[in-house]
Order: sequence, then C-alpha cells, then structure tokens
Amino acid sequence: MSITLPRGATIPVPSDEIETTTRTWLQLTLEFCRRQPFGAFGMALVVVMAVTGLTADWIAPYSPTANDFEAMTEAPSWAHWLGTDQFGRDMLSRIIFGARTALIVGLTSSLVGGIAGLVLGVASAYFGGRIDNLFQRICDVMMAFPLIIMALAVVSIFGTGVHNVITAITIPLIPRCARVVRSSALAIREVAYVDAARACGYGHTRIILRHMVPNVMAPFLIMLTAFVGQAILAEASLSYLGLGVQEPVPAWGLMLQGGAEEYATTAPWIAVFPGLAIMVTVFGFSIFGDALRDALDPKLRNR
Amino acid sequence: MYRYIAQRILLVIPTLLGAAVLVFALMRLIPGDICVVRLGSGGATFNPQAIATCHHEIGLDKPLYLQFWNFIWGFCHFDFGISMWSGKPVAVEIAARLPISLEIALLATIVAVSIAIPLGTISALKQNTWIDVVVRTFAIGGIATPSFWIGIISILVVLDTTGALFGRPWMPPIDYVPIWKDPIRNLSMAILPAITVGYRYSAVSMRMTRSAMLEVMREDYIRTARAKGLVEHLIVNRHALKNALLPVVTLLGIEFAFLIGGLVVTEQVFNLNGIGRLFVQAVQNQDYTLTQALVMLTVTVFVLCNLAVDLLYAWLDPRIRFA
Repeated sequence: MSITLPRGATIPVPSDEIETTTRTWLQLTLEFCRRQPFGAFGMALVVVMAVTGLTADWIAPYSPTANDFEAMTEAPSWAHWLGTDQFGRDMLSRIIFGARTALIVGLTSSLVGGIAGLVLGVASAYFGGRIDNLFQRICDVMMAFPLIIMALAVVSIFGTGVHNVITAITIPLIPRCARVVRSSALAIREVAYVDAARACGYGHTRIILRHMVPNVMAPFLIMLTAFVGQAILAEASLSYLGLGVQEPVPAWGLMLQGGAEEYATTAPWIAVFPGLAIMVTVFGFSIFGDALRDALDPKLRNR
Repeated sequence: MYRYIAQRILLVIPTLLGAAVLVFALMRLIPGDICVVRLGSGGATFNPQAIATCHHEIGLDKPLYLQFWNFIWGFCHFDFGISMWSGKPVAVEIAARLPISLEIALLATIVAVSIAIPLGTISALKQNTWIDVVVRTFAIGGIATPSFWIGIISILVVLDTTGALFGRPWMPPIDYVPIWKDPIRNLSMAILPAITVGYRYSAVSMRMTRSAMLEVMREDYIRTARAKGLVEHLIVNRHALKNALLPVVTLLGIEFAFLIGGLVVTEQVFNLNGIGRLFVQAVQNQDYTLTQALVMLTVTVFVLCNLAVDLLYAWLDPRIRFA
C-alpha cells in the first residue's frame, strides 16, 4: 500500500497486515519438528495433556469423585490401572480430570497475565519518559514478591477455590511478562515504520496494538509457554498446601495432600502418579518453550 | 564507584516503600471486618463494644495515614505487632522459626552450587554430546518437578530403604536442635529438605552456567589463549569460568530469595517448623498481622539480596564500576 503524492512520487505506508510468510502452519510445524526433535517431544507431551484434559469426560474409566468403599487404597490392577486412593476413588480418572483443572488454571492465568503484561509492556515502551519510569518502578515492587508468596498473599485475601487461584497466579505473572516485552518493544519503537505510522496520524492504541504488539510476538510466545508450566506448578503447590483448588475438584497437587504421606509405605501409588503427571506436563512445556526460543531467536539458530 | 553504590542503595528505598504500600493496601482489601473474623473464630457472640475494643487494639480506629506510618515505623524497629492467632508478638514467632529456615536455605545453596557449576561447565564444553543431553534433561527435570513431590518421594525412599536394611523404618527428626548441640541430629533433619530445595535451585543455575559458558568460549580472548598454546584446563578455569560465573552469581543471589518460596512448600512436606510453615499457618488462620509481617520480610530479603548481588557484581566486574 502506498500514498501517491501530487507530483507522482509515492511513499510507502505501513501495512496493517502482520507480515506473513508464504509457508503454512503445517510446514512450519514440520520444520520445527525436524530441527528441534527434543522440542517436538515436548510439544507432543503438551498435545497429549491438552487432549486428555479436553476429552476427560469420554476417556476416564470412572467418575473422578465416585467413592468405591469396597476398593480403598487398592494397588494398580486391571480394574484400576493406577490403583485407588484412600477414599476408593480411581487414581487414573482423577489424574485425567486433573489435567483439565491444570489446563484451565495454567492456560487462563498465563494467557490473562501474559496479555495484560504484553499490552502494558509495549505501552510503557511506546510512551517512554515518565510513564515508562513509573511503570518500571511498579514492576520492581511487584517482582520483589516471589511468585508463590504473592499468590499466598492474594489467596489469604480472596480465599481458596479455582477462580481465586487463577487470580492469585495471574497477578504475579503480569510484571514478569511486561518487563521482557518492554525490552523488545524499546528496540521496535525506534524502527522507521513506527515513525511512519505516527506520521500517518494513527492513534496510540492502533500503533501499539497493530504495529508494535505483532513484532514482539516471538519473545511473548516463548514466555507464554514457560508461564503455563510455571502456573501449573504454582497451582499444584497451592493446592498441595490446601490453599488452592478444593475437594472434590480433582487436581494433581490436591491428590498429593494428606493421603500421599500417610500412605507412603502402604500405598505408594497415591504419592507417585499425580507427581509424575505434574512433572511430565511441566517438563513438556519447558522443553517446548526452550526449543521455541532456539527456533525463533536468530542469534541462537546456528548453534 | 561510590556514586554507583550510593545510587544503588538509594534505589532500595522506593522499592521497599512501594512494597510496604502494596502489602498495606492488600491487607485492607480483605472483604469484611478483620475484627468480626477474629471474634467470630472464637465462637463467641460479639457486640459492637467488643468490635470497637478490637479495632482500638489493632489500631484500626486511627486515620489511614497514621496506620501506615505505624506499620512502617514498627517495621523499622522490628515491632510487627501481635499475632492475631497466638497472641504472641509476631517478632517472637518469627525469631523462633528463623534458624531452621536459614540453615536449610544455606545448605540448599551449597548443594545447588556444588551441582550446578561443575555440571553446567561440563555440559557447555561437551555441547551437543550425550553428556550435554543428560545434564540438560536433569536440569529441566529440576525445574519441572514440584519440590514437594521430590520431598514425598525422598521420604518414601528413606522409609523403604531403612525398613529393608534395619527392619524398622527410620524417619528424620522433625524438631530443631542447633547444629552446635547435636550436629548429627541437626544435619539428618536438614539434609533432605536442603537437597529437595537445592535440586530446583541447582537446575536454574546449571542452565545459566551452561549458556554463559557457551557464550564466553566463543570470545576472542579464548581463541587467543588457545593460540598461545595454553593448556585447555587453564583456559577453562582461569579465563572462561571467571567471566562465565558473573551471571551465575547474579542468578544465585536472586534465587536465594526465592528459596523462601520453595521453603513454604518443602517445610510442609517434612513437617518442619520454619518460616515457610508459619506462613502457611498464618494464611490458613487468617492471621493478617503475621501474614503482613512475613510478606514484608520476604520482600526485604529479596530486595537486599538484589542489592548485594549488584554490589558484588560491580566489585567483580570493573566494566560496570567505571561505566
């Protein structure tokens, strides 16, 4: 797109379209799998976990909350593949439904926290000066709270339960995302097309959302995958402490609370499997995120 | 140099003040009246008179700016008020629990450093070999595994192995004995939690050591050192490691403060009466004065750790000092 000046000269006008490569998503994914086999493995774990969470209603052999008092703390068998807990609930079904809880909490808090951080970080870099300075000091203060401590403080005010856990994890993620996004956005602010967009008389919102935000997508996406893993871990920790998701909602951290230690020697499967589920999921998100960073960062591409 | 130090120290004040405002505001966001919660929890019926007395005791009847001033001033001379649950001064409660948490934190740091730096360095030197893959998997495992689960599993393993070896399962002691009184008992209590927390801590530092080492080994001065025929181990130890460790030191400092977060969960697993457990109890009991004091304490430790790291950095790296 260009504007033709009265004397016939043309000046380029920044396109509102995000620059898209000619390759399709499928081709990009295949290329990623070829170059980053380790990361592809992580992606597979993430996909398996997501599908498990989404289809929990169909694939779980039992209801996650149904008690079978005939079969309490039963060892893994053909009837109960991963055994049963101290209330006679099927471990496998609870882990499958736990994937849904982890997915809901992990995705919601990292998406909301990430997007809020993205917009705030880019806006802070775009406006610069005093606003930027003030915003950075606020981030300093918020980042002085370790994630779990901030989450505990929020829980102590709003109470427990899924919604409050999501809030508690979202809030500390915002400044962490904003910080990283801002540093990439600072470089973009100096690029000519942002000046061009300003010269065209576009509003601040339009420049921030349509010209700057798409260009910090790479660091943002990398961070988002890391956040999902962190959020799932934080949820598990809070639930383990009894300050997160509450019974009878099936959640991995909650499954490790109480029974796991009490029955450690007599029924070790209660302690082992939910922890494995957390570990494998977060592991998947971590190596996927790492591979994504290597693939998207041109500086690291040739290593 | 002095200018930099002074600037850096001055920057601590607005951060801490901001944190104080945030904590103060958070605790006043609590829906409902703290006093109603407090009196209600005792099961007693409360009359307006009792609530007014309670407001007066906590100081809620004073204007907001005075309350804030008292909060800050109290914090400056370690007077955090009275715990709403136990009725003892908060400072006493914290002081009783501090040694055990500090000991575990220090031990965890030792565990972390002694795993992270050698493994991270080897991983970088043998980049893309099977050693590298194993070390990196080990590191990501440390980040992905919830520390409380490692704790539970390690207890399980200890119980099972001691049960099989001695016929009777053995559990590490849970009550705190100072190390100078009974070092064996003290260490047998602290070592498992320290390894549990230290594994995650080492995983983060290991990754940092590896990437810093990779960066440094590509520098020109390493090529020069090789060209003049220096032995490889001298190149690594004298030239590369010294520079590569700078970011690792930063990370260790920052993560030390995060150890407190890790302790919150780990102490729960091992039933240890440290700061972390106190924190969880304070939140469960809705003991706002105690929660407030503990959050503020954590933030202060974090900010001071950051300050210490920056000053150490300036001392280690002349480029920052003179910039």
